[in-house]
Amino acid sequence: MKPESAKPKIAIALGATCSGCDYSLLDLGPSLLDVTDAVEIVYWPTGIDSKLEDLEAVEDGSIDLVLFDGAVVNEDNLEMARLCRKKAKSLVAFGSCGAYGGIPGLINTGSPKKILLEVYQGLPSRSDKSEPLKFEGEGALPKMLGQAYALDQVVDVDVYLPGCPPPLKLVSSLFGDVLSGKPIAKGTYYASSRSVCYECKRVKENKDIATLHRYHEIQPDPKRCLLEQGIICMGPATRGGCEAVCCNQNQPCRGCLGPLPNAEDSGSEMMSALASIVSLSNESKDSDYSAIFDDINDTIGSFYTFTMAKSLLGRRKVE
Amino acid sequence: MSERKRLRIVALLCRWCSYAGADLAGVSRTKYASDVLPIKVPCSARMDPQLVIRAFSEGADGVLLAGCHPGDCHYLKGNYKALRRFMLLKKYTSQMGIEDERLRLEWISASEGARYAEVVNEMSARVAKLGPLNWRREIPIET
Repeated sequence: MKPESAKPKIAIALGATCSGCDYSLLDLGPSLLDVTDAVEIVYWPTGIDSKLEDLEAVEDGSIDLVLFDGAVVNEDNLEMARLCRKKAKSLVAFGSCGAYGGIPGLINTGSPKKILLEVYQGLPSRSDKSEPLKFEGEGALPKMLGQAYALDQVVDVDVYLPGCPPPLKLVSSLFGDVLSGKPIAKGTYYASSRSVCYECKRVKENKDIATLHRYHEIQPDPKRCLLEQGIICMGPATRGGCEAVCCNQNQPCRGCLGPLPNAEDSGSEMMSALASIVSLSNESKDSDYSAIFDDINDTIGSFYTFTMAKSLLGRRKVE
Repeated sequence: MSERKRLRIVALLCRWCSYAGADLAGVSRTKYASDVLPIKVPCSARMDPQLVIRAFSEGADGVLLAGCHPGDCHYLKGNYKALRRFMLLKKYTSQMGIEDERLRLEWISASEGARYAEVVNEMSARVAKLGPLNWRREIPIET
């Protein structure tokens, strides 16, 4: 074992997250023990007993690697993101929420205030609907920001490791680089620069879809490309690196690894791709197009599941 | 014309029909609203949803797409693809709160200079009624 002082320091902090990214570290299995032996964990509230004070006490810029998982939706998240930036030599947006806003980014389709009221007062399971929300004093809720932000929309980010949860292979390669002391260039994405389709083992033949189906409506052929069977699969517009784990398990890709390099907006790329392969037979100027996309009720949910906050439009129109 | 701030309507025009139509409107000295910014693209199928979304996100108040009439595409099927993309894109933009009038697809042939002027005038009037879009991709953080 190396002496304590020579070990790289690591912290793992949380924003608006389900903590699934933290759990994904457990996927490392026994090799997690090698990692924890080789590094000094300064702060990791979900894994070890550590408090915010422990992170605050560390000298600025002294933590080699800070993983931040989760989006930034309230003032607590914002404070944590800024603190992480201050303490980190290298800040990693860990998981789809940190990298692209993720699922919390979908609040950009409405107003956070409305959602807060809905969740804390409007739900049918809540007994006392009259109890007001507290934003001050003891037991106060952190104030919501105007929308959800990806980490790099509020602070400078060095490295991205997207995924919901981050795929094991990518996590191991990040830790591999950190432990070997290899410098990681700013702006590095721990993901493939090719699409999910390159890694998908399904047979891809002729993309000409007559009708779209929602996933539960049909029993898809386990060998053929899901898109060819009329199921919306985000594979063609999404970065690989996950070894197409969803597609190979008969589930369509939902786009958690985000847009391909130089694409910026994976949702619109997918809309473009999908519209060009869904066709009517004997298309003519009299063809009726009205029903062709009827099955798509929620374009944001279908194409921007994880990337709303970082998409080109970013959020619904501000009223 | 009444005094108002000039709008920014981006027009993506297919080079074979609609751009030639716009040219015809020009050489015929047809008067039309000056809010429009024509951009020549190889085919209406080149009107990627990303171009439209980028236009809105970077300050366009309206986007006009125009191509050859169905059946007349120089590349046979390009305008059908454009139509399908438009229909899907429209679902997205309306879900994002962009009004219907701000995004329009029209078929304008090379001989329809007058039609081009009419479409531009109509669209400019409708968008003017809605006012500028001023898209904000992010709400700035105050603290």
